Amino acid sequence: MGNLIEIKGVTHAYQTKAGPLPVLDNLNIGVPEGSFCAVVGPSGCGKSTLTRLIAGLMFPDQGEVWLHGELVKSPRKTVGMAFQNPVLLEWRTILQNVILPLEIVAPSMPKRQKEERARELLSLVGLDGFENKRPSELSGGMRQRASLCRSIVHKPDVLILDEPFGALDAFTREDLWQTMHELRVKEPFTAMLITHDLRESVYLGDQVVVLSGRPATTQYIMDIPMPGPRPLDMLYTPDSVEKLAVLRKQIQIAQGRTDAEAA
Amino acid sequence: MQGNVQKIFVPLTAIVVLLILWEALVWFMGWPTFKMAAPSDIWPAFLRFQPMFWEYGWQTLWRTVAGLGLAVLFGTLIGMIMGLSRIMNDALYPLLVGFNAIPKATVVPVVALMFVGQHDFNTILIAFLISFFPIAVSVAIGLSTLEPEYRDILRSLGASRFTVFWKIALPKTLPEFFGALKVAVTLAFIGTNLVEIITPHGRGLGHLFQSAQINSDFPLMFAVLIALAALGIILYYIVVALERIFAGWADRTAT
Repeated sequence: MGNLIEIKGVTHAYQTKAGPLPVLDNLNIGVPEGSFCAVVGPSGCGKSTLTRLIAGLMFPDQGEVWLHGELVKSPRKTVGMAFQNPVLLEWRTILQNVILPLEIVAPSMPKRQKEERARELLSLVGLDGFENKRPSELSGGMRQRASLCRSIVHKPDVLILDEPFGALDAFTREDLWQTMHELRVKEPFTAMLITHDLRESVYLGDQVVVLSGRPATTQYIMDIPMPGPRPLDMLYTPDSVEKLAVLRKQIQIAQGRTDAEAA
Repeated sequence: MQGNVQKIFVPLTAIVVLLILWEALVWFMGWPTFKMAAPSDIWPAFLRFQPMFWEYGWQTLWRTVAGLGLAVLFGTLIGMIMGLSRIMNDALYPLLVGFNAIPKATVVPVVALMFVGQHDFNTILIAFLISFFPIAVSVAIGLSTLEPEYRDILRSLGASRFTVFWKIALPKTLPEFFGALKVAVTLAFIGTNLVEIITPHGRGLGHLFQSAQINSDFPLMFAVLIALAALGIILYYIVVALERIFAGWADRTAT
């Protein structure tokens, strides 16, 4: 134990017309408190299923998901989620969007206090002055920043990020990576990031988990012991380049391309 | 400000131009009033029967609005049931389509026999029956096409189905709802007049139209049609105003 997120022997299959489709097979991942876990794997390997299991929106056929030493049996109020699609509510202002989780989790909190909290976060991600804009008036990167604020406004102990930077252009994405590091300093959380971008996983993750192809199991775990905000340059050090090469090879194995090396 | 002037001035000009062309056409062709009445015949007809226009117009208006109100309530309810439950959707959809396909003119005598003498009730019932379908379908589609992520952001916090519906699904459906309401408002109007014309009970603009027809007062018939058009425009723009208030966020060109 000791891990805030503990995924133990999780096996799950979807029921389809053609019979059961196994997506996760004896998956084991442990994420210590305050740590950032990046999960990479071939597409369609069940990564999004994993996020729904952790959020308590689905339950595994076998195995257990533990959060904070408690077995996940239903959705919990201490989870934050952000997706590739920022899913902001178009009829609310940015500020009101960020407040949304507080309305569910802390309905009795005074409105002013909710707004203060939201403003604080928006200014952390550089969105001051945009509080009263509608989502449609913001760029894609700004919307994703607002979505990140919404996912942590209620101080969740677990943050689930399902490819939140996937649809952004390369420069905006790098900006947001740095924002993530800055947020971690001021708003500590334990995070699980699903991503297709190996550079992103190395830059953000304290550990990178490579999942095998479907049905996914834990194929490889890489620790990246480098605390504190990381400079973007770290991606270009020989050490990181080497790590990226290792990860790339692991992905190829997961895709079943280099069977010889998998053995 | 300039936009507002344009919004009022341009349509008014169009109406005036239309009236002038209409008048000129009738004068040029030398049509008698039973073929086509000119605006200059219609206006005196309106003035002559003005008190009736107000009285009957009001009867038509309130019964249409009542029918439409029922259609909104019932249509939203059916739409919610269909949008939130796959099974109910499969069960109700063919029934609704079939019901909608029945010409409502044939339903009017049936309803009139079912509720003999209940004129207000019959009229409201037909206005309601003819106009709830688009509302039900739009609400059902709006709810069933809600992206799962929208649900997940609240469900993952332990929010109830009702909270998800109230905070996300319902407001997100509003633009579709108002689109359907614009269709429904004219349909309800047709429903009301249908009853007023088919079943003689001496109420509403439809009745005025019928008496004009019986008395061969052709300018009055045209005057009723114009009055109906005017009422239709008013109702329609009330819906547009409501849409601005409740779903104005969906209009990307406004700001």
